[in-house]
Order: sequence, then structure tokens, then C-alpha cells
Amino acid sequence: MKKLLSGNEALALGAYHAGVKFATAYPGTPSTEIMEAIARYKDIYAEWSTNEKVAVEVAMGACYAGARALVSMKQVGLNVAADPFLAVATTGVNAGLVLISADDPGIHSSQGEQDNRHYAELAKVPILEPTDSQTAYDLMAYAFEISEQFDTPVMLRTTTRISHSKSIVEVKETRTESTRKIAFAPNMQKYVMLPINARIRHPLMEERMVKLAAYGETFTFNKIEMGERQLGIIATGISYQYAREVFPKASFLKLGMTYPLPEKLIREFASKVDRILVVEELDPFIEEHIKVMGIKVEGKQYIPRTGELNSDIIESAGRKMGLIKAAAAQEKPPVGIELAKRPPLLCPGCPHTGFFYVLAGMGQRLKLPGAKDRTIKESNMVIAGDIGCYTLGAYPPLNAMDTNGCMGSSIGTAIGMEKAGLSAKIVAVIGDSTFLHSGITPLVDAVYNQSKITVVILDNSTTAMTGHQEHPGTGVSAQGETVGKVVLEDVVRGVGVKNVTVVDSFKIKEIRTALKTAMDLRELSVVIVRGACVVQVPKHGEIRVVNTEKCNQCGICLLIGCSAIQTTGKKPIIDIGMCTGCTVCEQICPKGAIGPVSRTKTEAQN
Amino acid sequence: MSSKTKIDLLLTGVGGQGNILASDIIGEVALAAGYDIKKTDTLGMAQRGGSVVSHVRIAEKVYAPLIKEGEVDFLLAFEKLESIRWASYLRPSGVAIINNYAVPPLSVNLGVEKYPTDAEVMQVLKQRSERIYMVSGTLRATELGNVKTLNIFMLGCVSVFLPFKIEAWQEAITKHLPEKLWKLNMTAFESGRKEIENVHV
Repeated sequence: MKKLLSGNEALALGAYHAGVKFATAYPGTPSTEIMEAIARYKDIYAEWSTNEKVAVEVAMGACYAGARALVSMKQVGLNVAADPFLAVATTGVNAGLVLISADDPGIHSSQGEQDNRHYAELAKVPILEPTDSQTAYDLMAYAFEISEQFDTPVMLRTTTRISHSKSIVEVKETRTESTRKIAFAPNMQKYVMLPINARIRHPLMEERMVKLAAYGETFTFNKIEMGERQLGIIATGISYQYAREVFPKASFLKLGMTYPLPEKLIREFASKVDRILVVEELDPFIEEHIKVMGIKVEGKQYIPRTGELNSDIIESAGRKMGLIKAAAAQEKPPVGIELAKRPPLLCPGCPHTGFFYVLAGMGQRLKLPGAKDRTIKESNMVIAGDIGCYTLGAYPPLNAMDTNGCMGSSIGTAIGMEKAGLSAKIVAVIGDSTFLHSGITPLVDAVYNQSKITVVILDNSTTAMTGHQEHPGTGVSAQGETVGKVVLEDVVRGVGVKNVTVVDSFKIKEIRTALKTAMDLRELSVVIVRGACVVQVPKHGEIRVVNTEKCNQCGICLLIGCSAIQTTGKKPIIDIGMCTGCTVCEQICPKGAIGPVSRTKTEAQN
Repeated sequence: MSSKTKIDLLLTGVGGQGNILASDIIGEVALAAGYDIKKTDTLGMAQRGGSVVSHVRIAEKVYAPLIKEGEVDFLLAFEKLESIRWASYLRPSGVAIINNYAVPPLSVNLGVEKYPTDAEVMQVLKQRSERIYMVSGTLRATELGNVKTLNIFMLGCVSVFLPFKIEAWQEAITKHLPEKLWKLNMTAFESGRKEIENVHV
């Protein structure tokens, strides 16, 4: 049966058909949809784990207990999960364990660009890389078999373009049921990593890599596709597709397993072609391993190390190599005008908008439209931010974020700034899902080390940025069941924070009072700003309109950065299709010029 | 399978306008017609009100999911500024269908950047192709009582140029939408087909 599936849907279906019994994940672009798809199968256990480290640990336990387990995450998730990933790479598995690392070349939605294949090399585990949805589906079955045969977790590395592209997949209709029983046979030498046992495991890991390299020589997805001999291309992942399009006549060595590499096969390919180009995204991972074999290949001197590849980039590399004639460069007409940029923004009706407006005001960061000097001077406030939709509060006009590094880092960064002696008020801003992911341990640090920072938890009761996944604070599981609910204020008080307030994210005065009180304390405080994500609760109330007679064009309503408030003419107007009736603009308008559409009509009639 | 001419479509707009659903439906229609397809969308952070783009590639055999610059056969822009952001992707004499609707970016509202005039939009597009169709999609969708039908209206517009049967479009639309929205969206689709006949610029 043929289906049009995204790479992520294909990975999930492939895992299901391969008999996966257990799936864990923490949401993160571009990996999120794998868990969303697999959680629909009610005959397997699937969970959103608290974070990626926990996800790997839970999956590790499941595979030890005899269940084929899948764990998926975005590339930076593996930074969080590196510890258990290396641990299970050392112990090996019982039932198969496959870890999907979804890398993000081009940084579509990440805090950085990193090539996670290095983790597999570090952990001494094999890497499989799909080239489209079909191979994503097919490789999943091999991944579990390889894992069990070689007693190793397997990394399946996808990228944004593979995960988020749809292509046709021929799917089998049945699910392979594993004959393996759910059972655990204690084996201290294998599962208890005391130094004495780890010393036994390490040589076994090295041996396993030698065996895997031999397996790769005949692995179905490592394949030579002969064309003309002038050019041989070694490629994997999405890069294979771009190279295939640009060099239709070349010979190809298409690699489905990129670590360890099949040396004999590569030598055979090298003997059949005159010149070899390695095409891969990000680091020269394959290229450098082949060079170590003493085989002459070219690669990163022509193919960029940064960003996502595409056919245009490969074509330009082909020109530089003299493989493609520098055809009369296609006429690219000048656009002729400077195009206004359109970065992502907080949605109209976002529960974070009002909070950021208040915070930016207190930190003297708001600049009225037309203000000549738009730079933010050294502020009386430093705002350590975190990862989620609310990172968008860093953009103008709010300018309400000074740092953002990785999940949960806001609180620790804030503690460090304070302890280093900054005199400014220091605020950490973190979302609910991110706080549960990795904000609790730094908050414990703040209590223990008597930090005086203010921590704001923006609680929209969902993991919004990745598309509204459940988390421990929502009390609903990945499979839609009502489960245990972790209450944020209980956690905060439980670890010893004494000053805790909870405010409504749509009440500006309350937020201002709570923040001012908290910061004036000059001791550790937590303010939870709570309000539902507008995508989940799209209408708050009646649509707001601007009374043009009362409006004096002061521009204050524009400072919240709501895209529903527009100024194509002189006075602001509110787009009725976009307004959600959140009333934040109404609450801050000094002239009382904004109100519900019904009242304004009545006023007009009078 | 007989030889099939390649069709590369680029759908652009502002996050939340329904590009992804539209590109999914085109993919389903092409699958039913026996073509190979690859399509790719903007997901995650970028979609929050930002500039979004979907590539849809249809041919006998498709390798890369991303279309090369200057090779787009059909540019379907749900917003005017976004049409010219991607104009260089349009091939000479390709078809551009533009929803005559502006969503000014925040920087424009704040007076930091300028929104292009209609004349500038046309000037940029006409450098690429004479086949420009400016349609009143948002207006028609609003008239229908649901602005969210814009994406299906736009599909109606482009369907006039594509070698797929009406029934295949209808089937794909019903597959992707809940039953209570079928009738409204079929009307939007028909409205798009009619609109295109009158609006060649």
C-alpha cells in the first residue's frame, strides 16, 4: 500500500511494524511528530518523558526488561541525554533499543547547529541515516535487528528536511510481534557498571564495532549505483537526493549506515571511479573517516560545513570542481526594494505578551515608535531567558530577554550573574514545560545557595512551541489519558522557596504588582504567570476596536508587539480576524480608546 | 506509466494561513494521479506568525524535496509581501497566483520597515513572468463566512492549471477536513476556480 508520509510518520510506522513495544520522547523540532504518531497505537506504551535524559533512561529500562524500545529527540536533546546514552552503549541491550536523533542543519528551530553523528562515534554505536520517508520506514526494522544482534543501542539520525518532508512510502500492512518475553535476567557484569565490569565491557564495545563494520560491507542500504566513471559520489541522508538531482549521470555509493563505514565497499567504489566527492551536511564525518583509510576523496573544500544543503549549493560546488560548465548564470532579476523581514512572533492573544510588556517597562526597555535611539542601554534589570515560544520576547518592541542558551539555563545563569556581583535586579524567565524539563535542579541550587533572584514561570499549561504536547504539569499523558499532575507551586514550595505568587497572565496590574513585590524583596522569589496558550483557547472575549476619536496616536499599544494591531494608516487599527479579545491593549491604553466592539458601537450611536 | 511533465509548486504565506494543509492536499491529488511526490514545509518556531514556505514537487521521479531557484512552475502566495520574498524562485513564464491581502509585519507597524506598494509587488513579479494572477482570496473567504477557507480557495485557483481531475481534488479535500466543513470548502474551491478566469493581470 502506498502512503504519502513525512519522514517522522514513516519512522513511527516503521517502528510500529518492527514490533516496538515502548516509546519515549521529549518534544523538540524536528523530532516531535515521531512520538505524536506512535502514541496513537494503543497496543504499545508511549510517554512524553520529563526530559531527554529521563526518556533514554526509561527506554533503557524497558529494553533491559525485554521490550523493543524507541526513544526520539532533537539534536540538542542528546546533549541532555548523553549520560544515559553512553551508559546504555556500555551495557548494551536486551531487546532492541533505537535512539532517533533529529538534527537541524540550517537551524530552523534550535539554539545551535551540531552534527550528532559524533555522539555515536563517542558512544561506539552504529548510525543509520535515511534518504527519504521510504528508507526511514525500512531502516527502522533493520535498526532493531542490528541492536539485538550486536547488543548495542542504534542511533538513527534524521534531519529536519528528512523528518519534515513527505514522500511516497510502500508500507507493509502487518506488525512483527517480538517473540522475546518481558523478563529480566540479572547479569551484574553486563548491567552494573562498576569499574571492574565496565573494564570488561569496553573491549566488547570495540569488538562490536569491528563486527558492525563487517556487517556494513553487505548491508542492503550501503549500495553502489554505477553510472559514468568520471565522478563517484558518496552520500547519505537528504544530501544524496540533492546530489542525485544535480549529477544524474554520476556513480553513487549511497550509505544507509554511516558509522562504522564499510571500508572494502568504499575501496571497491574508489577503484571504479576517477574522482570521489563526499556530499554530507554539517561536519565532514564520512569524509574524514574515509581519509583515515588512505582513500583520496574530496568534500568540504567544496561543500559548506554550515547550514542546510540544497541542489543550488551542490550545483555551485560542481561548478567550482569543474564538473559542471559555468553556464551563463541565470538572470536573477533584482528585487529592487528592501523587503520587510517577518520573523516569528508571539501570537495575538498570547498569554506571554502582557507579562513581557510589564517586565520590559520595569526594565526600561520599551521604545516608542519613531524613537530615534533604539539601542537598549545598560538596564537596571537583567533578564535571563530560556527556550520556548517566550524566547520571542527578545525581539523588538519588547526587547525583554538578555540571555538564552539551553533548556533550563535561565535560572542557573541568573544565579551566576547575581553571585558574580551584578547590582541590577536579576530575573529568570522560564516556561512550564522547560521548568519541569530542567528548571527544578537549578531552583534547588538557588534555595541552597541563598540566591536573591526572581524566577518567573510562564505557565501556559502546554509545550507550545513544538505544537502543544502534554507534559507532567498538564496531567494528561502522550496517549491522551488522565494521569498524575505535577503542580508547579507545590514543587516550588516543596524545594523550599518561601515567596511564591501565582497571577493571571491577562491581568496587567496584578502582574505588575506581583513582579514589583517579588523583586523588591531582594530574596529568592517565584512568580507563576498562568494563562492558557491562545492556540488552545483561541477566544478570550469580544473583539477589541480602537475608538479613533479618543486615540491620540501615542503608540503605546504598539509596544506589546501584537500583530493584530496594525498601522497602515496613521492611527492604529485592530484586525478583526486576528484579535482574540485578550484585552491587554485595552488595559494599557492611557486614553481609554480601546474597548469591546459592542461598547464602541453604542458610544458611536450616542 | 507514461512520461509526466514535472510540476514544481511553491506555497508561501504567513504562519497560520493554512499553507501546510493546502500543500498536503496537492500531494494527495498527485499521489492519486500516479505521480511521484516530495513536499516539505516550515514547522516549529518559524511558523509562529513568521514567513512560511512549502515546496511541492510532482514528477515521474522526484529526488530533492527543495525546488531550485528559478524553477518554480506555480507560485501560490497567500500574502503579498511573501509573494515577492520568493519571486526569484519563479521560472520565466511561470504562473504566480497572489492573494491580494497584506499582513504588515511588526517592523512595518513600528515604522522601522516599509510594506511594498502594489506597484512594487507587480514590478518585482513581472520581472520574472507575465503570468500573474491577483486574486481576492481573503475577501472571498470572508464572504463565505470563514476566512480559514482561504487555502482551499487558493487550491481552486491553481487547480485550473493542473492536470488533475476535479473529483480527485474533492476526494483529497474531504480526506483532510472534518465532514462539517466539506460543503463550505467545496464552495471555496469552486469560487477559486471561477475567480482565476477574471483576474489575469
